Amino acid sequence: MFKDLFHKKRYATIPAERPVKRDIPEGLMNKCPKCGNIQYSKELEKNLKVCTSCGYHFRLTARERIAMTMDDGLLHEFDADMQSGDPLGFPGYAAKLEQQKAKTGMNEAVVTGTGSIDGHPVVVGVMDFHFFTGSMGSVVGEKITRAIEYARDKRLPLILFSTSGGARMQESIFSLMQMAKTSAALARFSDEGGLYISVMTDPTTGGVTASFASLGDYNLAEPGALIGFAGRIVIEQTIRQKLPDNFQTAEFNLQHGQLDKVVHRKDMRTVLAKLLDMHSMRRAE
Amino acid sequence: MMAGGLEFEKPLLELRNKIDELRKFAEERGFDFSDEIARLEAQYRQLETEMYSALTAAQKMHIARHHQRPTTLDFIQAIFTDFIELHGDRLFADDLAIVGGLAKLNGVPVTVIGHQRGKDTKDNIARFFGSPHPEGFRKALRLMRQADKFRRPIITFIDTKGAYPGDTAEERGQSEAIARNLLVMSTLRVPIVCVVIGEGGSGGALALGVGNRVLMLENAIYSVISPNGAASILWKDASRADEAAEAMKITAQDLHAFGIVEEVIPEPKGGAHRDPEGQAALVREAVWRHLQELMAMTPDELVEDRYRKFRSIGVIGSGGSDAPPDPPRKPKEPEAEEERAEPESAAGNAADESADASAAIESNAR
Repeated sequence: MFKDLFHKKRYATIPAERPVKRDIPEGLMNKCPKCGNIQYSKELEKNLKVCTSCGYHFRLTARERIAMTMDDGLLHEFDADMQSGDPLGFPGYAAKLEQQKAKTGMNEAVVTGTGSIDGHPVVVGVMDFHFFTGSMGSVVGEKITRAIEYARDKRLPLILFSTSGGARMQESIFSLMQMAKTSAALARFSDEGGLYISVMTDPTTGGVTASFASLGDYNLAEPGALIGFAGRIVIEQTIRQKLPDNFQTAEFNLQHGQLDKVVHRKDMRTVLAKLLDMHSMRRAE
Repeated sequence: MMAGGLEFEKPLLELRNKIDELRKFAEERGFDFSDEIARLEAQYRQLETEMYSALTAAQKMHIARHHQRPTTLDFIQAIFTDFIELHGDRLFADDLAIVGGLAKLNGVPVTVIGHQRGKDTKDNIARFFGSPHPEGFRKALRLMRQADKFRRPIITFIDTKGAYPGDTAEERGQSEAIARNLLVMSTLRVPIVCVVIGEGGSGGALALGVGNRVLMLENAIYSVISPNGAASILWKDASRADEAAEAMKITAQDLHAFGIVEEVIPEPKGGAHRDPEGQAALVREAVWRHLQELMAMTPDELVEDRYRKFRSIGVIGSGGSDAPPDPPRKPKEPEAEEERAEPESAAGNAADESADASAAIESNAR
């Protein structure tokens, strides 16, 4: 505590409005991929990117998620400069990484940091599907593990917003082992009474679902989010049957006992704040 | 000898047939071809040595998948005594894609668990080709917790293409089952030795793979997704599996070089199926050696050793060396408000980023 007084504080503050090249072309109008409803982009933004007609939750960038979740839209970011290597010399990987960075303005598929929600200090990790389909390689695994360790060290609650196509094939065994690394870090955090809320967003699949995303004290999801381990096509080929439309949706997972709650985007901040509040007694010790 | 030969072994098979024919011909006609036969035998041995010492990743993959390759139950029978198989997850069913139970290794009671492929089509259907459902992983978890309770070392055999990709598996929480195993295995206070005996595919393999020591047979493979799956996703063409096998660096030798696998257990020439008993003896020796080292450690040391092993895996290209910022202060706590009036030094941040982009490549940064 006291030695903190002699340290210069170095907040890496990310302004929520930082201009970032968008994956989706910035048009005046926007068409809902689910119901086809055409709406003003401004109106859609105001509605937290939820279709004003059918309630479809558009996929968010990590920046957008941070802006609508954190107090003042601010996150003091960890490891913002961390970038992937190419441990296997995998054909085309290095070039693809460069292309993903240029496309998204991000260095990797997850943003981690600390900030507060309704006044409760928290550690947060937000994945971004637009960067390399949110796949987990060494850097994503390392950043998430460091965030968990930070939360453990500072005795703060942890919230991870997941979205991922799974483990990153181009780092093969290194990607696979991130599942064990993050889960082991969560075990230590949990053993010391740490609070972890997992929020699964569209889509959360493969190695991310089969590691930290499923290990929350509370597992939440956004409506309609695709959540599963194996892909639909692979499953259909295996069982030689068509799967129902609602297969692997958040609602399907809720019905099968895999989630605590499906939470509409407009209520997410409130629900998180409530959960944080109900655990704040322990924090005051 | 060459029964069940693989495509790439054809030249060897042809030479063997030629030698056999010549021998038969010589016997029938009473000629003496012994010089010629000896010459061909020498040629055969040389070809064999050359071929098996320079196997490609794809060739190893085919050996690892050989239908006669010894399975978990074969190794259990050959390595341990007094095996008692235990069944069921106590929640839903008994998944035959994973077998497990109690056994003794050199007189020491252990818990042994592994993926189980079928011996024939009917067996394979019953065992889902060694691809577990959630109940399989939960059976394994139950047995591992039991081992922890009774302070028994755990030995696992890994041999699966991956977790079963089916609707019922998803409904029952395939993801959670795998994730839970990863989490719990990292906390167990007993020695864990894992041996990849054939194919280590994806999370379904790792769910039995969080050990203090991970050993691999010489021709075994281990990857984030099966090479077939990778090829169909990357290039929309599953038939390019051989190419994906090379690119993904899936061999025991690769993983040993990466520091992910502690030891490569040699195989007989041509693969484990050529001499299952000899292979089992080599596995027994290696497992026992590692187990003895681990049994000398305290429970705390075992947990720490395992954590460090997995914590250190990963290759960072650049960055990540800055200390993280302090958490925001809690406005509700008066204690936190008295200090820290100095302004934030956010200005340095942008400069840091550009400097770090050119930082030297470092592995396992921190």
